[in-house]
Formats: sequence, C-alpha cells, structure tokens
Amino acid sequence: MKLRPHHIAPVAIFAIVAVFLYWGLYLNPRQIPTALKSKPVPEFELPPVQGRSLGLSSEHLRAGEVTLVNVFASWCVPCRIEHPLLMELHAKEEVTIHGLNYKDPPRQAAAFLDELGDPYSRTGADPTGRVGIDWGVYGVPETFVVTRDGRIACKHIGPLTPNDVRDKIVPLVRALKADPKQEKTC
Amino acid sequence: MIPEIGHYALVLALILALVQTFMPLVGAARGQVSWMAVGEPAAIAQFLLCLVSFASLTWAYLVSDFSVLNVVNNSHSLKPLIYKISGVWGNHEGSMLLWVLILTLFGAAVAVFGGNLPRALRARVLSVQAGIGVGFMLFTLLTSNPFERLNPAPVDGQGLNPLLQDPGLAFHPPMLYLGYVGFSMAFSFAIAALIEGRVDPAWARWVRPWTLTAWCFLTGGIALGSWWAYYELGWGGWWFWDPVENASFMPWLAGTALLHSAIVVEKRDALKSWTILLAILTFSLSLLGTFIVRSGVLNSVHSFASDPARGVFILGFLIFVVGGSLLLYAIRAPSLKLGGLFQPMSREGALVLNNLLLATACGTVLVGTLYPLLLDAVTGEKVSVGPPFFNAVFIPLMVPLIGALAVGPLLAWKRGDLAGALQRLKFAAAFALLLAAIAFWLEGKAPLLAPLGMALFGWLVLGALIEWTERIRLFRVPLAESFARARGLPRAAWGMTVAHLGVGLVVLGITASETWQTEKLGIMRPAERVTVGPYEFVFEGARQVAGPNYTALRGRFRVERGGEFVTYLHPEQRRYPVPPMETTEAAIRPTIFSDLYAVIGESDGKGGHATRLYHKPLVSWIWIGSLVMMAGGFLSLSDRRYRVGAPVRRRGAAAQPALPQKA
Repeated sequence: MKLRPHHIAPVAIFAIVAVFLYWGLYLNPRQIPTALKSKPVPEFELPPVQGRSLGLSSEHLRAGEVTLVNVFASWCVPCRIEHPLLMELHAKEEVTIHGLNYKDPPRQAAAFLDELGDPYSRTGADPTGRVGIDWGVYGVPETFVVTRDGRIACKHIGPLTPNDVRDKIVPLVRALKADPKQEKTC
Repeated sequence: MIPEIGHYALVLALILALVQTFMPLVGAARGQVSWMAVGEPAAIAQFLLCLVSFASLTWAYLVSDFSVLNVVNNSHSLKPLIYKISGVWGNHEGSMLLWVLILTLFGAAVAVFGGNLPRALRARVLSVQAGIGVGFMLFTLLTSNPFERLNPAPVDGQGLNPLLQDPGLAFHPPMLYLGYVGFSMAFSFAIAALIEGRVDPAWARWVRPWTLTAWCFLTGGIALGSWWAYYELGWGGWWFWDPVENASFMPWLAGTALLHSAIVVEKRDALKSWTILLAILTFSLSLLGTFIVRSGVLNSVHSFASDPARGVFILGFLIFVVGGSLLLYAIRAPSLKLGGLFQPMSREGALVLNNLLLATACGTVLVGTLYPLLLDAVTGEKVSVGPPFFNAVFIPLMVPLIGALAVGPLLAWKRGDLAGALQRLKFAAAFALLLAAIAFWLEGKAPLLAPLGMALFGWLVLGALIEWTERIRLFRVPLAESFARARGLPRAAWGMTVAHLGVGLVVLGITASETWQTEKLGIMRPAERVTVGPYEFVFEGARQVAGPNYTALRGRFRVERGGEFVTYLHPEQRRYPVPPMETTEAAIRPTIFSDLYAVIGESDGKGGHATRLYHKPLVSWIWIGSLVMMAGGFLSLSDRRYRVGAPVRRRGAAAQPALPQKA
C-alpha cells in the first residue's frame, strides 16, 4: 500500500489544528494593543447583575469621570485572582470601577460578587456576550481604562497583577484625571 | 426515582454501545454472521434506552422536580409548559442527552430500514455509529450528568434564560442537532467504506438520503436560529458571523458540497475519494462546532479553565475521531479504485466547481473562526475577525458559485456543451441584466452590491426555471405532453429545481434587505411622527403590562402610508424576575414585500423613549427561501429511488455483478 501526499494532507493539517486547539486552552492572557484604543466606547445599554440596582451603558462612561471597565465572569478563574486588587482599588477610592459581566448565568454572577465583595459602582450583565463582542472582549478578565469623554485609553487583557496596577493603571488614571486633554494611552 | 431510571438507562445504553462497537466490526472482519447480527437489536435497544433516559429528564422538568440539579438551574415552577419542555435541551447537560438520543435514533434507523444494505457494510456502519455514541455517552455521564441530585432540594428553580424562552428557539436546537448528528450517518458510511476498501454507486445511493435528511434539518435549524436572532435580539440583523453561528454554518457548507459530490459518485462512479473525505470532514466540522459551542474556547479562551475536564474530554474525543478517521483515510484512500473519467466542461465538472467553491467558502469560515486562536498561539497577537472579513471573502466566492449554479444542470454528463447551455440561458442573462439595470437606477449610487445581487437572483431563478422547462419541453411540444412529462419527472429533479429556486430567493432577500433598508434611531415622544421608507410611524406612548412570567414596557406605534392607516406595532421591553433579565421583543409586521420592525427602549425620564424603527424590503424572503430549499431537499428525499425496498437494489446489484461481497 502506497501513501500519497494528497491523502495525507488532511490528517496532517488536522494534526496542526489540534495542536493549536490544545494550545489555545492553556494560552496565557497577554497585554495586547486594541483596535478600539482612543476610540469612543461602543454604544450599549445593559441591566445590572442580579441583586444590583445600577445598570451600565455607554452614557455612564461619558459622564465626565475617568473609569475602569472590568470584564469579569464567575466561571473565570483568573478573575478570582485579580478580584482582591479591584477591591483594594475601590477601597482606596482611586478610581470608579464598573463591571461588565460577560456570558455569566445571573445567579452565579450575583453569588460571585456576594462571596468575594463588590468593587463595582455599576454593573452590566451581558449573558449573551453581544456587548462583549462590540468591546472586542477576547479573554476574560479584561480591564479597560476609559477617559472622561468615554474613549478607551487602555485595554489590559488577563488578570491585573499588583505591578500592573501600580505601574500602569494607576499612573494612567492619575494622568487622565489631572489633564482632561491628556492623550496618553498605555 | 425516575431520574435514577434515566441515569441507569443511559449507563445501560453505554454498555450496549460498547458491545455494538466491537462485535459487528469483528464479525464483519471474520465473516461471522452471528456476531454481525448483534448490531441491529443493539442499535434499537440503545435508542429505546436513550429515549427512556431523555423521557425521565423531561418528566423531571414537567413535574418541576427540584431535587434534580439540572432542573433547579434551568427551570422554574411558573414557567409556561412549552418552556419547561424546551428547558430540557436549553442547557449543556440536557443538550448532550438530546445529542445522544438523536445519534441513537439514526443508528436505530439503519437497523430498521437498512434491510437491503449488504450485511457487512451494515454491521460496520452500526459499529462506527455506536463508537461515536460511546464517546458522547461517556462524556455525558462523566462530565455532564443531567441527573445529578441536589439535597436538600430548593423550593423553586433558577429559571431558564429568558432569551431562550421563545418558540423559535425552543425548536432550534433539536432541528440543528438532527442536522449535526445526521451527518454522523455519512461519516459512519464513509468509515465503513474505507474499512471495506470499496465505494460504488450503491454506496452513494445509500449515503445520499441520510445526508439529504441531515442537510434539510440543518438548513431549517440555521434558518430558525437566524430568524430568532432577527426578532429577538432587536438589532434588525439576522446573521452576525458569531463563532457559534459559524459552527453551524461550516457543516452546512461542507454538507452541501457532500450532497453534490455524492451525486457524481452515484451517477458516474467518480470523485469517490473526495466524497469520502467530504463525508469525514462534514461530520468533523459538526464535532468541531460542538467543541466550540460547548467549550466556549473561541469566545473566551479562559472559559475553559472553569471546567478543564469537559474541554479536554471533547478535544481528546475530537482528536480521536477526526484524527483517527483522517489517518484511516490517508492509509486506505489510495486503494480506492478510480472511477469514470470526464471532461472539465461537463455536469461532473460543474459539480467539481461547486465543491471547490463550497469547500473554499467553508475553509474561509473555518480560518476566520479559528484565526484569532492560531494567531495568538503563534505570535501572541490578539485580533477578532468580524463581519468585514467574512463579507469581503465570502461574497466573491458566492458570486461564481451562483453564476455556475444556473449553468451546471444544463450540462450533460461526461462531456457538456457550454456554448449550448449559455445559448439556452440567454433569456436568464437578459432578465439578469434588466434587474441589474433597474437596481442600479433605483440605487443611483455606486455600491455594486444591489445590481450584482439582483442580477444573480434573476440569473439563478430564471436559469432554474429554464432548466425545468427544457426537461418537460414546455412550448416545444403540446402543453398536455409537457404536463405529462412534468408529472413523470423524478422527484429528485423537482427537488433540485425547487432547492435552487430557494437559493435564488435567499439571494433576493439578502440583497434587497441589505441595500434598501431604512433605519431610524432616536428618542421619540408621544405623538411624534417619523418617516421610515414609504411609511410614517406615529409613537402613541408606552405603558407597563404584565405577562405570564414577566412584566413589560409596551410601546404603541401607529403606522401609516400616505395618510392611510396600515397597522399598529407593539414592541416590548420585557423584564423577567427569574432569572432577572431584560429582553427586547421587537414588533414586526412581516409581509412578502417588506417588514416593518420596531424596537422600544428605556424611557429617558422626560417622557421620551429610545426607539429603533426599520423598513426592510423583502427580508422575509431570506427565510422563505431557506424553507423552499428545505422543501426541495425533502421533495428529493421522497424520490422513489431512495425509498426503502425500492427496485434500486436489484438494479444496483445487477449493475455490479462482478463485485463479490467482501467478507
């Protein structure tokens, strides 16, 4: 029996795809440039996470305040890791943090915040992920720094580390607060 | 007690599936009839056991048995009956059970209707089918047990995602799964053929109806899903190139190619190796779709981390099934005998072109869906591929496909006459040009989509009708004879004409609604008036209303045309208490000419409401066209060639007297 290249090609291609799929499962989130950077936030309007009263919409991000938008989900393990940092930022009143709850069953999202604490001023529940698509959400967690007039100054993919917060997020937030015309991004 | 019966039945079905995977296969290899004969009763029993299992879960939903975790998570005692039932498959665990049920249903169908299949082929098909079943039953039992109990039981459930509480979506998953899983038949036949090392026209005649059945359901499932997105998401869009949508579209494209290449195997005994590969790929894409949807790997690489057992299991199964079958293909395909030769310009040639374009389109969607993942793995760069990419590459592939679609059926087998075919299509060409000119005149502006789309519509629809009139020799022979010929036309020929007309209607719907849609967004106050296309919408205010398990803000629009009253539209913004969520219910007045579409949003606190109003010409034809395609498929399926025990078998056997039964 003779093997021929064009008969082997499909299985060879599949082998490569399978390796990537496996690799994909364990990819580390990395900081990436975003196509949305310096662009206005996408238009959206979401009801709050179960048990909270304030929903989130693009209006709220243009209200003249520098904000962080944190994309989180209860099923996301790295979100749990970064959560204490958000609580700390919230406690220090460094910046207003809004939560975008991505593809999460309502009850579990509520339980997540009840259990770990709620650092968010407003939350938006996006169970279908439609709004997440507009935001270019790729891997949860993601954190966006949004300017006073509702432009995206920074997108951080993956869990925030204490170093990220100290060296990147906080300096940027302070710069944006100090000078509204600041064009600085990360 | 009843959930335990369901659980137990599923375990028994798994054991039977294991037996069915090995015994008939070994029996076929050794030529032991008694071992081969295990397949049929095992397949039927397996289906019955899965039915018991599925019925038990449905029962738990019907009586709202909140000691079952799955019911607690996805149901609520106040939910309307239909959504209690659809809640069974509106979640991960239940949908896997439905998947298994449909898989065993197809296996049982082979056992019941496969009486005239060669015994060894039937045994092998049943073995492969059971092997797939083993994988999915293990997956369900080990990582997603729907019968998990909860103690103590809560008083009430969490409710079903309100977006899923919708009649369109209630039947979307079963249709889709009938399609996805239906392709497992083509796969099992392909693997069985590879093991036997033999593919002949009789094989194709067996595979075609199963593929066609799956294709019809998948077409319906996709159309239903897109219709749901259209009226429920309230965006006015109907296709978003979302990974989950792509997951169902890829098997459809590959399955459409398979349908057509199987014709070549059946009629001309050619393209055998390619058809086998397509059969494997189509089902592999169904599995990949399941992997994508069930793991969420593409929307979010990290959703995986939540339950690694599930993701790794599906991926392992995917690698085993797809990798294994492609490896088998690599080893066995060279031994398949080459079939009939043909000129490039022939019916076969046209079908090869169809396959090339569909396969490329499918590959494109696959790349667009997986590209973000691959790029991230290689360079660490993250991108998202959106509609611009798909539109840019998909339309150039569809244009030649539709262009060739009108010509192909007019070409003869083996050696066709292109000039003659084009000569016969001159009226279609003239009609296409006329429509393009009208579209260009209507549009006035540069975008070429409208004239191009309308031309393709005209070309395709008239082309299909011309092919049909040629067949019945309309206007060339007396009308009575044409009528007699039409009656004598095989159902498969009717099916083809109808399905191709359906494609034309879809093209019409897409072109017209994308080009001539009018959209008005803004805050409206009561008594305010907005002109949308040829219509005027008058906002008459909004009020709170109560539904069976939700409250809603309901707006009222009076629609007028030229001062004449047309209709009222009542869009709603619904708020569900369990689980707490808001949904948008667009108010749509569909007609065959245009849809009026209204959405109402939150109040601005000053008496105004955010509104979105659309006028979408001919948009319904997207779904009508899909239904027509589906009807064409079923019409073709009713052809007597495919009916059980039809004389095909004798004819097929007579045509192949020299080929002895293997084993």
